[in-house]
Amino acid sequence: MDWGQIFSFAIESALGTQAMYFALAAIGLNIHFGYTGLLNFGQAGFMICGAYGLAISIVEYDLHWLIGIVVGLIASGIFALLLGIPTLRLRADYLAIVTIAAAEILRIVVRATSLRGFTGGSNGINGFTAGFQDARPGFLDGGIDLGFISFSSRQSWVLFLGWITVLLGVGFTYLLIHSPWGRVLKAVREDEDAARALGKNAYSVKMQSLVLGGLFGALGGIFFVLAQGSVQPTPQDFGTPKTFFIWVAMILGGTGKLWGPVIGSVIFSGLLAFTDSALRQAVAADYVPKSIIDGVQVGQMRFILLGLGLMVLMIYRPQGIFGDKRELALDAN
Amino acid sequence: MSRFSELKAVDPSVLDSVAQQPGAAKPDPVLTATGITRRFGGLIAVEVEHLEVQRGLITALIGPNGAGKTTFFNLITGFDLPDDGTWTFEGREMGTLPPHKVARQGMVRTFQLTKALSKITVMDNMKLGAPNQSGENFFRALVHPLWRQQEDEIEERAIALLDRFKLSHMSDEFAGTLSGGQRKLLEMARALMTDPKLIMLDEPMAGVNPALTQSLLGHVKSLRDEGRTVIFVEHDMDVVRDISDWVVVMAEGMIIAEGPHSAIGENQAVVDAYLGTHHDSALTFDDETTAKMAAEAAAGADSAEGTDT
Repeated sequence: MDWGQIFSFAIESALGTQAMYFALAAIGLNIHFGYTGLLNFGQAGFMICGAYGLAISIVEYDLHWLIGIVVGLIASGIFALLLGIPTLRLRADYLAIVTIAAAEILRIVVRATSLRGFTGGSNGINGFTAGFQDARPGFLDGGIDLGFISFSSRQSWVLFLGWITVLLGVGFTYLLIHSPWGRVLKAVREDEDAARALGKNAYSVKMQSLVLGGLFGALGGIFFVLAQGSVQPTPQDFGTPKTFFIWVAMILGGTGKLWGPVIGSVIFSGLLAFTDSALRQAVAADYVPKSIIDGVQVGQMRFILLGLGLMVLMIYRPQGIFGDKRELALDAN
Repeated sequence: MSRFSELKAVDPSVLDSVAQQPGAAKPDPVLTATGITRRFGGLIAVEVEHLEVQRGLITALIGPNGAGKTTFFNLITGFDLPDDGTWTFEGREMGTLPPHKVARQGMVRTFQLTKALSKITVMDNMKLGAPNQSGENFFRALVHPLWRQQEDEIEERAIALLDRFKLSHMSDEFAGTLSGGQRKLLEMARALMTDPKLIMLDEPMAGVNPALTQSLLGHVKSLRDEGRTVIFVEHDMDVVRDISDWVVVMAEGMIIAEGPHSAIGENQAVVDAYLGTHHDSALTFDDETTAKMAAEAAAGADSAEGTDT
């Protein structure tokens, strides 16, 4: 087995596009769940808003890619308002039900045959990254090569901008959370009625949080499709599993912690690639008999192993990597 | 320093001339409620014809379990909507204001089951209470210099209040680590951060050890000395006798008696409500009698069981 190759695959994924757009979406989810206590199970829906907002404005309306990003963000803001207005006055679980359904509805609507001329139906949309790639600065033309890992020039530009956005997002979250606004957010998470009794408008703050976290979800979707070069309304791209992977990444890092979603996404992507390539090589080198698993089954097997790993984490470090065990103990009260 | 400069202490003797009957008019009511009704299906939980609460004094709201005291609290603080009725605070019609707007008027409440915000620190719990924070606006929150000065002022007030409530050593701990009694103290202190005109305490002494009760009572009395109005729900008659200037008795959703605590124990309607009708001993605020009552009730239960078998 070539351990050097396994580790370079793992590190490449840990710093690659999946980790980057997971981090963006997970920052949003952390604002929703970690700081406000909103159960958003439809982060993939916000990603759809961002991805399709970008692709449609470029392909259909010939707009600049930066305007496309703004369109995607606006679309996700509207989506957040639509979800929030009826549900945020109700108990937390209603938002969970509505978001999980709305995200799937949105995905099924954009793949409708009758919208083929607009959203591309089940084929999705291609060829909207040219303008974005034209804007690539010269120093990335040769791609990024760190010796043991390397990224192509196209990928480098997405990664460069994406990771900068992640850092800005973390900084932005820091400023907000360490402010009186952030304090109200956390108070609403702990007990809405207590916040109301002290004169805080819980509904309004929850709405602001839902919109803000949704914008990060949209950014995740935007950078995802910029890296992929196409938008496709498939379950593995924008379905419910995607939402749950983002949840996993956030919980892995530590819910309600500033760097939790970023580190969680990096580790999630790295581990997934590590188990995948390690298994593949083990199977190829006959360390694992073909009668147990073959090369085709590795794809499923890596998720089983990842799931086992998560179970172990939840048993020995339930607060996540960055979490504070004291906080978890308080939940018992 | 209070944002309500007009707050000043009121002499309890102003209530001497008030008629001791349900719905009696007070010399200077801060809160009036008229015709408040709340039904839960067929059950009428609250049916208050008229109630006036005197400004600057301590009013106790007592009554047997299920009398509708907490529901009444919820109604006038906007946490629940009445089926019928109106109420005014400071002469202003409150109608269907949501809870946070009621609180902003200067009317703050605490909860029967203490709501300490467990996973934020005691200090942040306190700071949360402060009204009119410019940093609570999303966009201003991003620019820290815009609210830094106000934050420092709020912190100063919070430190002073925590000192007063003997919680300053806990200020950096998570509120969830406080004991039950300390949480009651924190909730009261946090409510005071809003600088209220009227503070409504729902069973402030429940589950608090006797030593702490004394200091809590002292705090409640000091609120009156500052000119704040206090309404509290309580089951402990000793507490009611100790601090209340006026007692309002509820039973089955209605106000059945009002008066100073000395008069309430003699009131036939109150005795009936607590002990059942056709009971001929007066309800007194006296440990011995309370114990005797409890013993009688136990004996009654025993004999009831006896007849069952």
